[in-house]
Amino acid sequence: MIKKNKTWFFGLHADPPKMFRVILAILPFVILIGVYLVASDIRHRENPQDKLLPTIAKIGKALKKVAFTEDKRTGDYLLWTDTISSLKRIVTGILLSACVGFVLGLNMGLLPGIRGLSLTFITFIANIPPLAILPILFISFGVGELGKVMLIFLGTFPLIARDIHLAVKKIPREMIVKALTLGASQFGVIYRVVYPQVLPRLIDTVRLSLGSAWLFLIASEAIAAQSGLGYRIFLVRRYLSMDVIILYVGWITFLASIADFMLRKWIAVRYPWYNP
Amino acid sequence: MKSEVQSSIQQHQPSSINHLLFVEDVVKVYGDKVVLADIDLAVTKGEFCTLVGPSGCGKSTLLRLILGQESPTSGRMTVEGKEILHPSPERGIVYQKYSLFPHLTILENIMLGKQLPLPFWKGISVRKEAREEAMHYLESVRLAEHAEKYPHQLSGGMQQRVAIAQALIMRPKILLMDEPFGALDPGTREAMQVLILKLWEEHGMTIFFVTHDLEEGVFLGTRILVISQHYTDERNHEGDAGRGSKIVADYPLKTTSTRVKETAEFGRLIQRIRCDGFDPEHLQDVTQFNLEHSDSFQSL
Ligand SMILES: Nc1ncnc2c1ncn2[C@@H]1O[C@H](COP(=O)(O)OP(=O)(O)OP(=O)(O)O)[C@@H](O)[C@H]1O
Ligand SMILES: [Mg+2]
Repeated sequence: MIKKNKTWFFGLHADPPKMFRVILAILPFVILIGVYLVASDIRHRENPQDKLLPTIAKIGKALKKVAFTEDKRTGDYLLWTDTISSLKRIVTGILLSACVGFVLGLNMGLLPGIRGLSLTFITFIANIPPLAILPILFISFGVGELGKVMLIFLGTFPLIARDIHLAVKKIPREMIVKALTLGASQFGVIYRVVYPQVLPRLIDTVRLSLGSAWLFLIASEAIAAQSGLGYRIFLVRRYLSMDVIILYVGWITFLASIADFMLRKWIAVRYPWYNP
Repeated sequence: MKSEVQSSIQQHQPSSINHLLFVEDVVKVYGDKVVLADIDLAVTKGEFCTLVGPSGCGKSTLLRLILGQESPTSGRMTVEGKEILHPSPERGIVYQKYSLFPHLTILENIMLGKQLPLPFWKGISVRKEAREEAMHYLESVRLAEHAEKYPHQLSGGMQQRVAIAQALIMRPKILLMDEPFGALDPGTREAMQVLILKLWEEHGMTIFFVTHDLEEGVFLGTRILVISQHYTDERNHEGDAGRGSKIVADYPLKTTSTRVKETAEFGRLIQRIRCDGFDPEHLQDVTQFNLEHSDSFQSL
Protein backbone atom coordinates (compact mmCIF):
# COMPACT_ATOMS: atom_id res chain seq x y z
CA MET A 1 0.00 0.00 0.00
CA ILE A 2 1.15 3.52 -0.75
CA LYS A 3 1.84 5.43 2.39
CA LYS A 4 -0.10 8.66 2.27
CA ASN A 5 2.09 11.37 3.60
CA LYS A 6 -0.70 13.62 4.75
CA THR A 7 -1.18 15.36 8.07
CA TRP A 8 -4.53 16.04 9.65
CA PHE A 9 -3.89 19.68 10.39
CA PHE A 10 -0.55 21.22 9.45
CA GLY A 11 0.62 22.26 6.00
CA LEU A 12 -0.80 22.93 2.57
CA HIS A 13 -1.61 19.29 1.99
CA ALA A 14 -3.41 18.67 5.26
CA ASP A 15 -6.46 16.48 4.81
CA PRO A 16 -8.54 16.26 7.99
CA PRO A 17 -10.93 13.28 8.11
CA LYS A 18 -14.62 14.10 8.24
CA MET A 19 -15.14 13.61 11.98
CA PHE A 20 -12.04 15.64 12.70
CA ARG A 21 -13.39 18.51 10.58
CA VAL A 22 -16.51 18.64 12.73
CA ILE A 23 -14.39 18.63 15.88
CA LEU A 24 -12.23 21.41 14.42
CA ALA A 25 -15.30 23.51 13.66
CA ILE A 26 -16.72 23.09 17.17
CA LEU A 27 -13.43 23.58 19.01
CA PRO A 28 -13.28 27.42 19.01
CA PHE A 29 -16.80 27.59 20.44
CA VAL A 30 -15.91 25.16 23.20
CA ILE A 31 -12.79 27.18 24.03
CA LEU A 32 -14.71 30.47 24.08
CA ILE A 33 -17.41 29.10 26.40
CA GLY A 34 -14.79 27.39 28.57
CA VAL A 35 -12.76 30.57 29.00
CA TYR A 36 -15.92 32.50 29.82
CA LEU A 37 -17.05 29.99 32.44
CA VAL A 38 -13.67 29.91 34.12
CA ALA A 39 -13.37 33.72 34.15
CA SER A 40 -16.94 34.09 35.40
CA ASP A 41 -16.28 31.53 38.12
CA ILE A 42 -13.12 33.32 39.26
CA ARG A 43 -14.91 36.67 39.50
CA HIS A 44 -17.86 35.18 41.35
CA ARG A 45 -15.56 33.60 43.92
CA GLU A 46 -14.15 37.04 44.67
CA ASN A 47 -17.53 38.79 44.55
CA PRO A 48 -20.80 36.79 44.38
CA GLN A 49 -22.63 39.97 43.24
CA ASP A 50 -20.41 40.36 40.15
CA LYS A 51 -22.33 41.89 37.22
CA LEU A 52 -19.67 41.84 34.53
CA LEU A 53 -19.53 38.13 33.77
CA PRO A 54 -22.85 36.59 34.85
CA THR A 55 -23.00 32.84 35.37
CA ILE A 56 -24.94 30.54 33.07
CA ALA A 57 -27.61 30.25 35.73
CA LYS A 58 -28.09 34.04 35.76
CA ILE A 59 -28.34 34.17 32.00
CA GLY A 60 -30.88 31.36 32.15
CA LYS A 61 -32.92 33.35 34.62
CA ALA A 62 -32.76 36.39 32.35
CA LEU A 63 -33.92 34.25 29.45
CA LYS A 64 -36.91 33.07 31.45
CA LYS A 65 -37.73 36.65 32.34
CA VAL A 66 -37.53 38.23 28.88
CA ALA A 67 -38.78 35.36 26.76
CA PHE A 68 -41.35 33.47 28.82
CA THR A 69 -42.74 35.98 31.32
CA GLU A 70 -45.09 38.85 30.55
CA ASP A 71 -43.55 42.23 31.14
CA LYS A 72 -45.22 43.84 34.16
CA ARG A 73 -45.51 47.22 32.55
CA THR A 74 -46.60 46.36 29.00
CA GLY A 75 -47.83 42.77 29.27
CA ASP A 76 -45.58 41.72 26.37
CA TYR A 77 -43.02 38.98 26.08
CA LEU A 78 -40.08 41.37 25.59
CA LEU A 79 -37.71 39.17 23.54
CA TRP A 80 -40.38 38.35 20.98
CA THR A 81 -41.79 41.86 20.58
CA ASP A 82 -38.23 43.20 20.29
CA THR A 83 -37.36 40.57 17.71
CA ILE A 84 -40.45 41.26 15.63
CA SER A 85 -39.98 45.02 15.54
CA SER A 86 -36.30 44.66 14.67
CA LEU A 87 -36.93 42.07 11.96
CA LYS A 88 -39.63 44.27 10.41
CA ARG A 89 -37.17 47.14 10.11
CA ILE A 90 -34.24 45.15 8.78
CA VAL A 91 -36.31 43.13 6.32
CA THR A 92 -38.06 46.22 4.95
CA GLY A 93 -34.77 48.08 4.66
CA ILE A 94 -32.85 45.30 2.97
CA LEU A 95 -35.71 44.38 0.60
CA LEU A 96 -35.96 47.99 -0.44
CA SER A 97 -32.25 48.28 -1.08
CA ALA A 98 -32.18 44.90 -2.87
CA CYS A 99 -34.92 46.02 -5.27
CA VAL A 100 -33.50 49.49 -5.89
CA GLY A 101 -29.91 48.21 -6.05
CA PHE A 102 -30.85 45.45 -8.49
CA VAL A 103 -32.80 47.65 -10.87
CA LEU A 104 -30.16 50.37 -10.73
CA GLY A 105 -27.27 47.93 -11.13
CA LEU A 106 -28.91 46.18 -14.09
CA ASN A 107 -29.54 49.48 -15.80
CA MET A 108 -26.04 50.75 -15.13
CA GLY A 109 -24.55 47.55 -16.49
CA LEU A 110 -26.70 47.47 -19.63
CA LEU A 111 -27.41 51.03 -20.62
CA PRO A 112 -24.43 53.33 -21.20
CA GLY A 113 -26.73 56.33 -20.79
CA ILE A 114 -27.90 55.36 -17.32
CA ARG A 115 -24.34 54.36 -16.39
CA GLY A 116 -23.07 57.80 -17.38
CA LEU A 117 -25.82 59.40 -15.35
CA SER A 118 -25.52 57.46 -12.13
CA LEU A 119 -22.22 55.60 -11.69
CA THR A 120 -20.19 58.55 -10.40
CA PHE A 121 -23.05 59.68 -8.22
CA ILE A 122 -23.58 56.25 -6.67
CA THR A 123 -19.85 55.90 -6.03
CA PHE A 124 -19.99 59.26 -4.30
CA ILE A 125 -23.06 58.33 -2.25
CA ALA A 126 -21.39 55.08 -1.24
CA ASN A 127 -18.63 57.07 0.43
CA ILE A 128 -20.95 58.95 2.76
CA PRO A 129 -20.63 57.30 6.18
CA PRO A 130 -24.30 56.44 6.80
CA LEU A 131 -24.07 56.83 10.57
CA ALA A 132 -22.82 60.38 10.14
CA ILE A 133 -26.04 61.38 8.41
CA LEU A 134 -28.24 59.56 10.93
CA PRO A 135 -29.24 62.87 12.58
CA ILE A 136 -30.24 64.22 9.18
CA LEU A 137 -32.34 61.12 8.54
CA PHE A 138 -34.02 61.37 11.92
CA ILE A 139 -34.76 65.04 11.35
CA SER A 140 -36.10 64.56 7.84
CA PHE A 141 -37.85 61.18 8.16
CA GLY A 142 -38.68 61.31 11.85
CA VAL A 143 -37.51 59.07 14.66
CA GLY A 144 -40.19 56.48 13.81
CA GLU A 145 -39.84 53.44 11.56
CA LEU A 146 -39.11 55.40 8.40
CA GLY A 147 -35.89 56.97 9.67
CA LYS A 148 -34.49 53.56 10.65
CA VAL A 149 -35.50 51.89 7.39
CA MET A 150 -33.96 54.75 5.45
CA LEU A 151 -30.68 54.36 7.32
CA ILE A 152 -30.52 50.65 6.44
CA PHE A 153 -31.53 51.41 2.87
CA LEU A 154 -29.05 54.22 2.32
CA GLY A 155 -26.30 52.25 3.99
CA THR A 156 -26.67 49.16 1.84
CA PHE A 157 -28.10 49.95 -1.60
CA PRO A 158 -25.02 51.65 -3.16
CA LEU A 159 -22.94 48.54 -2.60
CA ILE A 160 -25.65 46.28 -4.02
CA ALA A 161 -26.09 48.51 -7.07
CA ARG A 162 -22.36 48.61 -7.75
CA ASP A 163 -21.95 44.89 -7.29
CA ILE A 164 -24.81 44.08 -9.67
CA HIS A 165 -23.35 46.56 -12.14
CA LEU A 166 -20.03 44.69 -12.04
CA ALA A 167 -21.78 41.33 -12.41
CA VAL A 168 -23.65 42.54 -15.49
CA LYS A 169 -20.47 43.93 -17.02
CA LYS A 170 -18.70 40.62 -16.45
CA ILE A 171 -21.13 38.79 -18.74
CA PRO A 172 -19.01 38.25 -21.86
CA ARG A 173 -19.94 40.23 -24.95
CA GLU A 174 -19.93 36.93 -26.86
CA MET A 175 -22.88 35.73 -24.83
CA ILE A 176 -24.97 38.77 -25.69
CA VAL A 177 -24.05 38.44 -29.38
CA LYS A 178 -24.91 34.75 -29.21
CA ALA A 179 -28.36 35.58 -27.87
CA LEU A 180 -28.88 38.05 -30.71
CA THR A 181 -27.98 35.36 -33.27
CA LEU A 182 -30.63 33.18 -31.60
CA GLY A 183 -33.21 35.80 -32.44
CA ALA A 184 -33.39 37.68 -29.16
CA SER A 185 -34.71 41.23 -29.04
CA GLN A 186 -32.99 43.73 -26.72
CA PHE A 187 -35.73 42.97 -24.22
CA GLY A 188 -35.10 39.22 -24.63
CA VAL A 189 -31.39 39.67 -23.99
CA ILE A 190 -32.18 41.40 -20.71
CA TYR A 191 -34.91 39.07 -19.49
CA ARG A 192 -33.63 35.72 -20.72
CA VAL A 193 -29.87 36.14 -20.55
CA VAL A 194 -28.73 38.93 -18.24
CA TYR A 195 -31.37 39.08 -15.54
CA PRO A 196 -31.42 35.36 -14.64
CA GLN A 197 -27.64 35.26 -14.55
CA VAL A 198 -27.27 38.06 -12.01
CA LEU A 199 -30.19 37.01 -9.81
CA PRO A 200 -28.15 34.63 -7.60
CA ARG A 201 -25.45 37.29 -7.40
CA LEU A 202 -28.10 39.61 -5.91
CA ILE A 203 -28.90 37.06 -3.22
CA ASP A 204 -25.21 36.72 -2.49
CA THR A 205 -24.71 40.47 -2.24
CA VAL A 206 -27.73 40.84 0.02
CA ARG A 207 -26.26 38.10 2.20
CA LEU A 208 -23.02 40.03 2.57
CA SER A 209 -24.83 43.34 3.08
CA LEU A 210 -26.83 41.93 5.98
CA GLY A 211 -23.83 42.45 8.26
CA SER A 212 -23.89 46.21 7.80
CA ALA A 213 -27.68 46.22 7.82
CA TRP A 214 -27.60 44.82 11.37
CA LEU A 215 -25.08 47.48 12.35
CA PHE A 216 -27.32 50.28 11.09
CA LEU A 217 -30.38 48.71 12.70
CA ILE A 218 -28.82 48.47 16.15
CA ALA A 219 -27.33 51.94 15.90
CA SER A 220 -30.62 53.58 14.97
CA GLU A 221 -32.51 51.63 17.64
CA ALA A 222 -29.95 52.60 20.25
CA ILE A 223 -30.61 56.27 19.60
CA ALA A 224 -34.39 56.44 19.31
CA ALA A 225 -36.89 53.60 19.62
CA GLN A 226 -39.63 52.14 21.81
CA SER A 227 -38.78 48.53 21.10
CA GLY A 228 -36.23 46.44 19.23
CA LEU A 229 -33.24 44.29 20.01
CA GLY A 230 -30.80 47.20 19.88
CA TYR A 231 -33.13 49.38 21.95
CA ARG A 232 -33.29 46.73 24.71
CA ILE A 233 -29.53 46.25 24.83
CA PHE A 234 -28.90 49.96 25.27
CA LEU A 235 -31.76 50.29 27.75
CA VAL A 236 -30.58 47.58 30.15
CA ARG A 237 -26.99 48.83 29.86
CA ARG A 238 -28.03 51.50 32.37
CA TYR A 239 -28.62 48.79 34.99
CA LEU A 240 -25.45 46.90 33.99
CA SER A 241 -27.63 43.89 33.09
CA MET A 242 -24.91 41.93 31.39
CA ASP A 243 -27.07 38.80 31.55
CA VAL A 244 -29.72 40.35 29.26
CA ILE A 245 -27.12 41.94 27.01
CA ILE A 246 -25.25 38.68 26.50
CA LEU A 247 -28.53 36.91 25.84
CA TYR A 248 -29.59 39.47 23.24
CA VAL A 249 -26.21 39.50 21.54
CA GLY A 250 -26.32 35.71 21.30
CA TRP A 251 -29.84 35.86 19.89
CA ILE A 252 -28.94 38.48 17.27
CA THR A 253 -25.92 36.45 16.23
CA PHE A 254 -28.12 33.39 15.94
CA LEU A 255 -30.69 35.20 13.79
CA ALA A 256 -27.97 36.61 11.54
CA SER A 257 -26.37 33.18 11.12
CA ILE A 258 -29.72 31.60 10.26
CA ALA A 259 -30.39 34.28 7.63
CA ASP A 260 -26.94 33.78 6.14
CA PHE A 261 -27.38 30.01 6.08
CA MET A 262 -30.80 30.18 4.47
CA LEU A 263 -29.68 32.55 1.74
CA ARG A 264 -26.71 30.29 0.97
CA LYS A 265 -29.00 27.25 0.84
CA TRP A 266 -31.43 29.11 -1.39
CA ILE A 267 -28.68 29.77 -3.91
CA ALA A 268 -27.36 26.21 -3.73
CA VAL A 269 -30.80 24.63 -4.27
CA ARG A 270 -32.34 27.07 -6.69
CA TYR A 271 -29.23 28.03 -8.70
CA PRO A 272 -26.99 24.94 -8.78
CA TRP A 273 -25.02 26.38 -11.71
CA TYR A 274 -23.96 29.48 -9.77
CA ASN A 275 -21.22 27.95 -7.61
CA PRO A 276 -20.27 24.83 -9.54
CA MET B 1 -7.61 23.69 -67.18
CA LYS B 2 -6.56 27.29 -66.76
CA SER B 3 -9.01 28.54 -69.37
CA GLU B 4 -11.83 26.62 -67.69
CA VAL B 5 -11.24 28.54 -64.49
CA GLN B 6 -11.09 31.77 -66.47
CA SER B 7 -14.40 31.14 -68.19
CA SER B 8 -16.14 30.20 -64.96
CA ILE B 9 -14.98 33.48 -63.51
CA GLN B 10 -16.61 35.27 -66.41
CA GLN B 11 -19.89 33.40 -66.01
CA HIS B 12 -19.92 33.93 -62.30
CA GLN B 13 -19.01 37.56 -61.92
CA PRO B 14 -18.57 37.83 -58.14
CA SER B 15 -21.36 40.04 -56.91
CA SER B 16 -23.70 40.45 -54.00
CA ILE B 17 -26.46 38.84 -56.09
CA ASN B 18 -24.67 35.66 -57.20
CA HIS B 19 -23.14 34.89 -53.83
CA LEU B 20 -24.46 34.12 -50.41
CA LEU B 21 -21.75 36.13 -48.71
CA PHE B 22 -20.10 39.02 -50.45
CA VAL B 23 -17.34 41.15 -48.96
CA GLU B 24 -15.72 43.96 -50.93
CA ASP B 25 -12.86 46.35 -50.08
CA VAL B 26 -13.28 45.75 -46.36
CA VAL B 27 -10.78 47.50 -44.12
CA LYS B 28 -10.68 47.27 -40.33
CA VAL B 29 -8.59 49.65 -38.25
CA TYR B 30 -8.22 49.60 -34.47
CA GLY B 31 -6.80 52.89 -33.24
CA ASP B 32 -3.96 53.46 -35.70
CA LYS B 33 -3.36 49.76 -36.33
CA VAL B 34 -4.64 48.43 -39.66
CA VAL B 35 -5.73 44.85 -38.99
CA LEU B 36 -7.49 43.99 -42.23
CA ALA B 37 -6.41 45.71 -45.44
CA ASP B 38 -8.83 45.51 -48.32
CA ILE B 39 -10.47 42.09 -48.01
CA ASP B 40 -12.41 40.85 -51.06
CA LEU B 41 -14.38 37.67 -50.66
CA ALA B 42 -17.33 35.93 -52.23
CA VAL B 43 -18.76 32.67 -50.90
CA THR B 44 -21.24 30.42 -52.70
CA LYS B 45 -24.05 28.62 -50.88
CA GLY B 46 -23.07 25.19 -49.57
CA GLU B 47 -19.37 25.93 -49.34
CA PHE B 48 -17.32 24.85 -46.33
CA CYS B 49 -14.78 27.68 -46.10
CA THR B 50 -11.89 27.38 -43.74
CA LEU B 51 -9.84 30.41 -42.80
CA VAL B 52 -6.26 30.02 -41.60
CA GLY B 53 -3.47 32.46 -40.89
CA PRO B 54 -0.77 33.36 -38.39
CA SER B 55 -1.81 34.24 -34.84
CA GLY B 56 -3.02 37.80 -34.50
CA CYS B 57 -3.50 38.33 -38.25
CA GLY B 58 -7.18 39.18 -37.87
CA LYS B 59 -9.09 35.93 -38.41
CA SER B 60 -11.41 36.52 -35.48
CA THR B 61 -11.75 40.14 -36.51
CA LEU B 62 -12.99 39.15 -39.98
CA LEU B 63 -15.42 36.71 -38.39
CA ARG B 64 -16.75 39.38 -36.03
CA LEU B 65 -17.31 41.65 -39.02
CA ILE B 66 -19.26 38.99 -40.91
CA LEU B 67 -21.24 38.29 -37.77
CA GLY B 68 -22.13 41.96 -37.41
CA GLN B 69 -20.67 42.15 -33.91
CA GLU B 70 -18.44 44.99 -35.18
CA SER B 71 -18.65 47.11 -38.29
CA PRO B 72 -15.86 47.57 -40.84
CA THR B 73 -13.95 50.86 -40.99
CA SER B 74 -14.76 50.93 -44.69
CA GLY B 75 -16.06 48.54 -47.32
CA ARG B 76 -19.19 46.61 -48.07
CA MET B 77 -20.50 43.32 -46.67
CA THR B 78 -23.74 41.61 -47.70
CA VAL B 79 -25.54 38.32 -47.10
CA GLU B 80 -27.92 37.46 -49.94
CA GLY B 81 -27.66 41.04 -51.10
CA LYS B 82 -28.66 42.50 -47.75
CA GLU B 83 -26.14 44.61 -45.87
CA ILE B 84 -24.80 43.21 -42.59
CA LEU B 85 -25.77 45.55 -39.77
CA HIS B 86 -26.19 43.67 -36.49
CA PRO B 87 -25.90 40.07 -35.33
CA SER B 88 -29.02 38.26 -36.53
CA PRO B 89 -30.43 34.72 -36.69
CA GLU B 90 -29.40 34.26 -40.33
CA ARG B 91 -25.76 34.09 -39.23
CA GLY B 92 -25.07 31.53 -36.49
CA ILE B 93 -21.93 31.53 -34.37
CA VAL B 94 -20.00 28.95 -32.38
CA TYR B 95 -17.19 30.44 -30.32
CA GLN B 96 -14.35 28.59 -28.65
CA LYS B 97 -16.07 29.33 -25.34
CA TYR B 98 -18.96 31.40 -23.94
CA SER B 99 -21.35 29.92 -26.48
CA LEU B 100 -23.56 28.32 -23.85
CA PHE B 101 -25.65 30.03 -21.21
CA PRO B 102 -24.54 28.73 -17.82
CA HIS B 103 -27.93 29.27 -16.15
CA LEU B 104 -29.84 27.03 -18.55
CA THR B 105 -29.82 23.26 -18.87
CA ILE B 106 -28.48 21.70 -22.05
CA LEU B 107 -31.97 21.23 -23.47
CA GLU B 108 -33.01 24.77 -22.55
CA ASN B 109 -29.86 26.10 -24.19
CA ILE B 110 -30.85 24.46 -27.47
CA MET B 111 -34.54 25.38 -27.18
CA LEU B 112 -33.66 29.01 -26.61
CA GLY B 113 -33.44 29.77 -30.32
CA LYS B 114 -37.01 28.55 -30.79
CA GLN B 115 -38.36 30.70 -27.96
CA LEU B 116 -36.30 33.90 -27.98
CA PRO B 117 -37.67 35.27 -31.27
CA LEU B 118 -41.23 35.02 -29.94
CA PRO B 119 -42.89 37.27 -27.38
CA PHE B 120 -42.70 35.83 -23.88
CA TRP B 121 -46.22 34.34 -23.72
CA LYS B 122 -45.92 32.68 -27.13
CA GLY B 123 -42.52 31.35 -26.09
CA ILE B 124 -44.28 29.40 -23.36
CA SER B 125 -47.00 28.03 -25.63
CA VAL B 126 -44.50 26.57 -28.14
CA ARG B 127 -42.48 25.00 -25.34
CA LYS B 128 -43.53 21.45 -26.07
CA GLU B 129 -42.72 21.53 -29.78
CA ALA B 130 -39.50 23.39 -29.07
CA ARG B 131 -38.52 20.65 -26.62
CA GLU B 132 -39.11 17.95 -29.18
CA GLU B 133 -37.16 19.73 -31.87
CA ALA B 134 -34.33 20.48 -29.45
CA MET B 135 -34.25 16.81 -28.43
CA HIS B 136 -33.91 15.88 -32.08
CA TYR B 137 -30.90 18.16 -32.50
CA LEU B 138 -29.45 16.93 -29.22
CA GLU B 139 -29.68 13.39 -30.55
CA SER B 140 -27.91 14.41 -33.74
CA VAL B 141 -24.91 15.46 -31.64
CA ARG B 142 -25.36 12.29 -29.52
CA LEU B 143 -26.02 13.98 -26.18
CA ALA B 144 -29.65 13.08 -25.54
CA GLU B 145 -28.92 11.55 -22.14
CA HIS B 146 -27.41 14.82 -20.88
CA ALA B 147 -30.46 16.97 -21.64
CA GLU B 148 -31.16 17.97 -18.05
CA LYS B 149 -27.58 18.78 -17.02
CA TYR B 150 -26.02 22.23 -16.81
CA PRO B 151 -23.15 23.19 -19.13
CA HIS B 152 -20.52 23.11 -16.36
CA GLN B 153 -21.29 19.43 -15.83
CA LEU B 154 -20.17 18.53 -19.37
CA SER B 155 -16.67 18.16 -20.81
CA GLY B 156 -15.29 20.72 -23.25
CA GLY B 157 -16.04 18.54 -26.27
CA MET B 158 -19.61 17.90 -25.17
CA GLN B 159 -20.15 21.61 -24.57
CA GLN B 160 -19.01 22.38 -28.12
CA ARG B 161 -21.41 19.76 -29.47
CA VAL B 162 -24.23 21.47 -27.59
CA ALA B 163 -23.11 24.83 -28.97
CA ILE B 164 -23.26 23.41 -32.50
CA ALA B 165 -26.76 22.02 -31.95
CA GLN B 166 -27.78 25.34 -30.41
CA ALA B 167 -26.67 27.18 -33.54
CA LEU B 168 -28.09 24.56 -35.96
CA ILE B 169 -31.64 24.75 -34.65
CA MET B 170 -31.83 28.28 -36.09
CA ARG B 171 -31.04 26.88 -39.56
CA PRO B 172 -28.72 29.82 -40.25
CA LYS B 173 -27.87 30.78 -43.81
CA ILE B 174 -24.25 30.70 -42.81
CA LEU B 175 -22.66 29.18 -39.73
CA LEU B 176 -19.58 30.96 -38.40
CA MET B 177 -17.15 29.08 -36.17
CA ASP B 178 -14.14 30.62 -34.42
CA GLU B 179 -11.66 27.91 -33.45
CA PRO B 180 -14.52 25.81 -32.09
CA PHE B 181 -12.29 22.79 -31.45
CA GLY B 182 -9.22 24.76 -30.37
CA ALA B 183 -9.36 23.67 -26.74
CA LEU B 184 -10.03 19.96 -27.36
CA ASP B 185 -7.64 17.01 -27.18
CA PRO B 186 -6.61 15.42 -30.50
CA GLY B 187 -8.96 12.41 -30.24
CA THR B 188 -12.06 14.45 -29.39
CA ARG B 189 -11.05 16.96 -32.00
CA GLU B 190 -11.00 14.39 -34.78
CA ALA B 191 -14.39 13.03 -33.72
CA MET B 192 -15.78 16.58 -33.78
CA GLN B 193 -14.35 17.17 -37.25
CA VAL B 194 -16.11 14.07 -38.55
CA LEU B 195 -19.32 15.16 -36.83
CA ILE B 196 -19.32 18.65 -38.27
CA LEU B 197 -18.69 17.28 -41.78
CA LYS B 198 -21.64 14.92 -41.34
CA LEU B 199 -23.93 17.73 -40.15
CA TRP B 200 -22.73 19.98 -42.95
CA GLU B 201 -23.71 17.35 -45.52
CA GLU B 202 -27.04 16.50 -43.88
CA HIS B 203 -28.18 20.08 -43.54
CA GLY B 204 -26.61 21.43 -46.73
CA MET B 205 -25.12 24.27 -44.72
CA THR B 206 -22.68 27.00 -45.57
CA ILE B 207 -19.89 27.12 -43.01
CA PHE B 208 -17.17 29.68 -42.38
CA PHE B 209 -14.64 28.07 -40.09
CA VAL B 210 -11.67 29.83 -38.48
CA THR B 211 -8.80 27.67 -37.25
CA HIS B 212 -5.10 28.11 -36.59
CA ASP B 213 -4.55 24.42 -37.33
CA LEU B 214 -3.61 23.96 -41.00
CA GLU B 215 -4.35 20.25 -41.00
CA GLU B 216 -7.83 20.92 -39.68
CA GLY B 217 -8.38 23.64 -42.25
CA VAL B 218 -7.28 21.50 -45.19
CA PHE B 219 -9.13 18.43 -43.96
CA LEU B 220 -12.49 20.11 -43.32
CA GLY B 221 -12.82 22.69 -46.06
CA THR B 222 -14.04 22.63 -49.61
CA ARG B 223 -12.21 25.91 -49.90
CA ILE B 224 -9.31 27.27 -47.89
CA LEU B 225 -8.57 30.95 -47.40
CA VAL B 226 -5.20 32.05 -46.07
CA ILE B 227 -4.97 35.53 -44.62
CA SER B 228 -1.66 37.03 -43.66
CA GLN B 229 0.24 40.26 -43.17
CA HIS B 230 3.35 38.76 -44.81
CA TYR B 231 3.30 40.13 -48.36
CA THR B 232 4.75 43.01 -50.37
CA ASP B 233 3.10 45.63 -52.47
CA GLU B 234 5.00 46.70 -55.58
CA ARG B 235 3.06 49.92 -55.80
CA ASN B 236 3.81 51.01 -52.26
CA HIS B 237 6.84 49.79 -50.31
CA GLU B 238 6.65 52.16 -47.37
CA GLY B 239 4.01 50.34 -45.36
CA ASP B 240 5.74 46.92 -45.54
CA ALA B 241 6.26 46.66 -41.80
CA GLY B 242 2.86 47.59 -40.36
CA ARG B 243 0.42 46.63 -43.07
CA GLY B 244 -2.87 44.92 -42.52
CA SER B 245 -3.70 41.37 -43.54
CA LYS B 246 -5.01 40.34 -46.92
CA ILE B 247 -6.22 37.09 -48.38
CA VAL B 248 -2.92 35.76 -49.75
CA ALA B 249 -4.16 32.39 -50.98
CA ASP B 250 -7.51 30.88 -51.84
CA TYR B 251 -7.75 27.28 -53.11
CA PRO B 252 -10.54 24.84 -53.73
CA LEU B 253 -10.05 21.59 -51.78
CA LYS B 254 -11.24 18.07 -52.38
CA THR B 255 -10.90 15.83 -49.38
CA THR B 256 -13.38 13.29 -48.20
CA SER B 257 -11.97 10.66 -45.83
CA THR B 258 -9.99 10.84 -42.62
CA ARG B 259 -7.30 8.71 -44.29
CA VAL B 260 -6.43 11.63 -46.53
CA LYS B 261 -4.36 13.15 -43.74
CA GLU B 262 -1.66 10.54 -44.33
CA THR B 263 -1.27 11.12 -48.07
CA ALA B 264 1.67 12.93 -49.59
CA GLU B 265 -0.55 15.37 -51.43
CA PHE B 266 -2.09 16.51 -48.16
CA GLY B 267 1.38 17.15 -46.75
CA ARG B 268 2.48 19.09 -49.85
CA LEU B 269 -0.60 21.29 -49.71
CA ILE B 270 0.05 22.12 -46.07
CA GLN B 271 3.65 22.96 -46.89
CA ARG B 272 2.50 25.28 -49.61
CA ILE B 273 0.02 27.08 -47.37
CA ARG B 274 2.62 27.43 -44.65
CA CYS B 275 4.94 29.03 -47.20
CA ASP B 276 2.22 31.31 -48.62
CA GLY B 277 0.86 32.64 -45.38
CA PHE B 278 2.99 31.84 -42.37
CA ASP B 279 6.59 32.42 -43.45
CA PRO B 280 7.70 36.01 -42.79
CA GLU B 281 10.75 35.42 -45.05
CA HIS B 282 8.71 34.36 -48.04
CA LEU B 283 6.91 37.45 -49.32
CA GLN B 284 4.74 37.45 -52.41
CA ASP B 285 3.57 40.55 -54.13
CA VAL B 286 -0.13 41.41 -54.05
CA THR B 287 -0.34 40.74 -57.76
CA GLN B 288 0.97 37.19 -57.40
CA PHE B 289 -1.26 35.62 -54.76
CA ASN B 290 -2.51 32.08 -55.45
CA LEU B 291 -6.17 32.92 -55.82
CA GLU B 292 -7.19 29.75 -57.65
CA HIS B 293 -10.73 29.39 -56.37
CA SER B 294 -13.34 30.25 -58.96
CA ASP B 295 -15.13 32.67 -56.63
CA SER B 296 -11.97 34.51 -55.83
CA PHE B 297 -11.54 38.11 -56.90
CA GLN B 298 -9.27 40.98 -56.04
CA SER B 299 -9.83 44.66 -56.52
CA LEU B 300 -6.41 46.24 -56.54
N1 LIG C 1 -11.05 45.38 -29.89
C1 LIG C 1 -9.78 45.52 -30.31
N2 LIG C 1 -9.11 46.68 -30.08
C2 LIG C 1 -7.85 46.84 -30.51
N3 LIG C 1 -7.15 45.91 -31.17
C3 LIG C 1 -7.75 44.74 -31.45
C4 LIG C 1 -9.09 44.49 -31.02
N4 LIG C 1 -9.42 43.24 -31.42
C5 LIG C 1 -8.35 42.75 -32.05
N5 LIG C 1 -7.35 43.63 -32.07
C6 LIG C 1 -6.03 43.43 -32.72
O1 LIG C 1 -6.29 42.96 -34.00
C7 LIG C 1 -5.34 41.96 -34.36
C8 LIG C 1 -6.06 40.74 -34.86
O2 LIG C 1 -6.77 40.13 -33.82
P1 LIG C 1 -7.62 38.80 -34.03
O3 LIG C 1 -8.16 38.39 -32.71
O4 LIG C 1 -8.56 39.00 -35.13
O5 LIG C 1 -6.49 37.78 -34.48
P2 LIG C 1 -6.62 36.24 -34.80
O6 LIG C 1 -6.14 36.05 -36.18
O7 LIG C 1 -7.98 35.75 -34.49
O8 LIG C 1 -5.58 35.62 -33.82
P3 LIG C 1 -5.61 34.21 -33.05
O9 LIG C 1 -5.20 33.18 -34.05
O10 LIG C 1 -4.60 34.38 -32.00
O11 LIG C 1 -7.00 34.02 -32.54
C9 LIG C 1 -4.49 41.71 -33.14
O12 LIG C 1 -3.25 42.33 -33.35
C10 LIG C 1 -5.21 42.38 -32.02
O13 LIG C 1 -4.30 42.95 -31.14
MG1 LIG D 1 -8.86 34.48 -32.98
